[in-house]
Amino acid sequence: MTGVLVDTTVNGDAVQFACPTDETLLDSLRDRVGLTGVKEGCGTGDCGACSITLDGQLVCSCLVLGVEANGSEIGTVEGLADSESLHPLQEQFINHAALQCGICTPGFLVAAKALLDKNKDPSEEQIRYALAGNLCRCTGYDKIVRAVQAAAKDLRKKKK
Amino acid sequence: MTHDQSFTNQKFKVVGTRVNRPDGVDKVTGRAKYGADATAPGQLVGLFLRSPHAHARIKKIDTSKAEKLKGVKAVITSADLPDHTNGALLDKLTNCMARDRVLYDGHAVAAVAAIDRQTAKKALKLIKVSYEVLPHVTDVDEAMKPGAPIVQPGTKTRGVDPKPTKDSNVAGVSTFGHGDLDAGFKEADVIIEKSYKTEQTHQGYIEPHACLASVGPDGSGELWVTTQGHYTYRTDCAALLGMDLAKLKVTSSEIGGGFGGKTHVWIEPIALALSRKANRPVKAVMTREEVFKASGPTCSTSMDIKIGVKKDGTITAGSAHIRYQDGAFPFIWGQLGAMTAFACYDLKNVQAVGYDVLVNRPKVAAYRAPSAPMAAFGVESTMDLLAEAIGMDPVELRIKNAAKEGTKASYGPTYGPIGIGPTLEAAKNHPHMKTKLKKNQGRGMACGFWFNFGGQTCTDINIGSDGTVNLSLGTVDVGGSRASMSLICAEELGIPYEQVKANVADTSSLGHNDTTEGSRGTFSSGMATIFAAREAIEELKNRAAQMWDIPVEEIEWIDGEARAVGQQHDNLPPLTLKEIAAKAAGTGGPIAGHNEVVADGAGVSFASHICDVEVDPETGGTKVVRYTVIQDAGKAIHPDYVEGQFQGGAAQGIGWALNEEYIYGEDGTLQNAGFLDYRIPVCSDLPFIDTQILEIPNPNHPYGIRGVGETSIVPPLAAIGNAVSNAAGVRMTHVPMSPPRILKAIEDAGA
Repeated sequence: MTGVLVDTTVNGDAVQFACPTDETLLDSLRDRVGLTGVKEGCGTGDCGACSITLDGQLVCSCLVLGVEANGSEIGTVEGLADSESLHPLQEQFINHAALQCGICTPGFLVAAKALLDKNKDPSEEQIRYALAGNLCRCTGYDKIVRAVQAAAKDLRKKKK
Repeated sequence: MTHDQSFTNQKFKVVGTRVNRPDGVDKVTGRAKYGADATAPGQLVGLFLRSPHAHARIKKIDTSKAEKLKGVKAVITSADLPDHTNGALLDKLTNCMARDRVLYDGHAVAAVAAIDRQTAKKALKLIKVSYEVLPHVTDVDEAMKPGAPIVQPGTKTRGVDPKPTKDSNVAGVSTFGHGDLDAGFKEADVIIEKSYKTEQTHQGYIEPHACLASVGPDGSGELWVTTQGHYTYRTDCAALLGMDLAKLKVTSSEIGGGFGGKTHVWIEPIALALSRKANRPVKAVMTREEVFKASGPTCSTSMDIKIGVKKDGTITAGSAHIRYQDGAFPFIWGQLGAMTAFACYDLKNVQAVGYDVLVNRPKVAAYRAPSAPMAAFGVESTMDLLAEAIGMDPVELRIKNAAKEGTKASYGPTYGPIGIGPTLEAAKNHPHMKTKLKKNQGRGMACGFWFNFGGQTCTDINIGSDGTVNLSLGTVDVGGSRASMSLICAEELGIPYEQVKANVADTSSLGHNDTTEGSRGTFSSGMATIFAAREAIEELKNRAAQMWDIPVEEIEWIDGEARAVGQQHDNLPPLTLKEIAAKAAGTGGPIAGHNEVVADGAGVSFASHICDVEVDPETGGTKVVRYTVIQDAGKAIHPDYVEGQFQGGAAQGIGWALNEEYIYGEDGTLQNAGFLDYRIPVCSDLPFIDTQILEIPNPNHPYGIRGVGETSIVPPLAAIGNAVSNAAGVRMTHVPMSPPRILKAIEDAGA
């Protein structure tokens, strides 16, 4: 492998990895950084299972090259929980049975957090459109939307 | 020990509560390990070379250049695999790796294992395959015409008399029914005869097929794999490769969706073969394109439905001829479809004929109540036409003809207590039925049936010295079953849910379990868990008897503790499970319960769905505005996950009804092998999906459980078809009802 050295911050920690220039950030995160919470469902940006934040922006990591992440801050599902306690989104996904197989869950959580970071009180429609880039085949999205609504409420209470 | 599996109407303490699942934290933190998430020291990357043709003879495969590439550790073709010619496993192996001919676009012809993905990709490009392209056929009706290219030479139609002498793409014809059709149709006041088509869809699980295979020169191996049936994968892989069952340990990873598609081996035997040849672990993961082209989608169909009815709504006769395309390898999809077609109704005269037809498409696999949704689309659409023709409410027509206890089913057996009538009554009385529709909106309803299955099941309970309980299951957790099984275990032992930890055991740690299909997980593993817990209780009582030094007959197990019965024991305080477990080392060692069972008597399942849609007459686009699922669960062990099954099945059905389809080009290649062009419903496409759980106990299960996983996908095609037809004012007969099809139907009706 001829690799390029990439310096990043992943979930707040300095991380350095080397990857070939044609490798996706998804593969770099999974195979080199060891963050297998980031999932590949399609490799073409259609399913959202590989959702991460890159410098605060929600992106599909399968559409970004590993080398493009140099100097960037990356956020993944592994960074959602605050040391001992789960993020309200994580708690409400469990409470609402908002996952069945769970393969899409990391992507949904990252996308939902990106929404709630910008919009503290989203309507049902806003939640549905914000999550329209994430495919779930098990739940019909019903319990996912309800979990996000409940987490949004929890977060608003916390802020007060 | 034999156990009584009959239903007892017991009061539950923890069963039926909505507890948090034991694997929840792992799944929301990214810790849960799926098929592609395992690694092994020295692992190689396995990739497949696949056919670009729908049908071709393989003249030659030259792998010499690929083998010489630095970093390539193994290359295999069918020549490297055991020869199963004339054996029962030939189809399975030939589907995993083509032999003399490729039978569909995406059929594997070679595979490589290399030190990294880049090298493996390069190696694939260096493999030279010479093909002689052959005529192909991908449409089910075309494949049945005389002169169509024969997909599998040597195929003679099964189930016809006299036995055919000529090769055919019709692999089988299956006929079910009873009574006298002609006499029945003569009695009818109105007869509706209509033809329908449904297109091929994919289960669309978000996790592609993935495995990590490792086989050593001593013939022992391990397979980490995403599967609905790790025991079945072990049986198939071992038989295909000539390995001993006991020497192949298969571990089921967390599974990222299956819906029937992960019941067959695809890449796994080849990954094992690569590993054996390279003598290193090999990880193989399908791309999404490979999943679409080379796993097992469901059948497309074409059918003719004819039903006769009296003016009072009594159905006098029903007939169905349904042609299922099986892909390139035959199975019994047509048979299953014929069995389900009229299963909701109590009919005197009925006949359903299913055809299994071979085409140049991937081998069909199960997809949630396989074959039933298509048959229901034809029959339930025709039911609405009949209701309209005699001026009767469509729900009333169904209620009048609904099967009930004692009805001889169209596929043979006589029903016990069943839920079709109650789901229809619930639909009739549901508030959804009373809401007003707006402009361009239409309402539809439909019902559906699925058999359900039980099968071989094996479960272990091991009680730790602190009194916590490990529950080892052999059915795969496809959607929360570890929570349900823990509830059942806790209920039986009389302990809190939190005291139980369920896990899915690997094939070396627990006896054989059939594949988790046929909605069998909760029914069969639930039964085995109950029986295993009861055995553990017997042992707990034995230990209490020793601790107290009294006869075991004088001990009862109540609410998680041993109680001595009778006046002579009045001052013995109860011994809790924890207290008995703490003394286990001195009373006979570890305390366990075990059960193996062939879980017979899976209760049949029925559902009725109601749907409102809005059709845009300008674009032909359809929006589902309200959806209600009513289904009999027998007993909902964990209502959240029962609702989840109802909602998920409905959502898949909505996608199938409105958008999803395999589109093949003139050249027989798949044109839309990706989620961009094969569009499954997204969050903004759907409303909340209302559910109503009915509980009509299955008499053959101690808790009354019926499987719930599959029936929910049976009614949607027809329910939406009826709703769209009512909204657009024109009968829709072709699924998916995509905007162009709806526009064309509106146009044709106008002309």
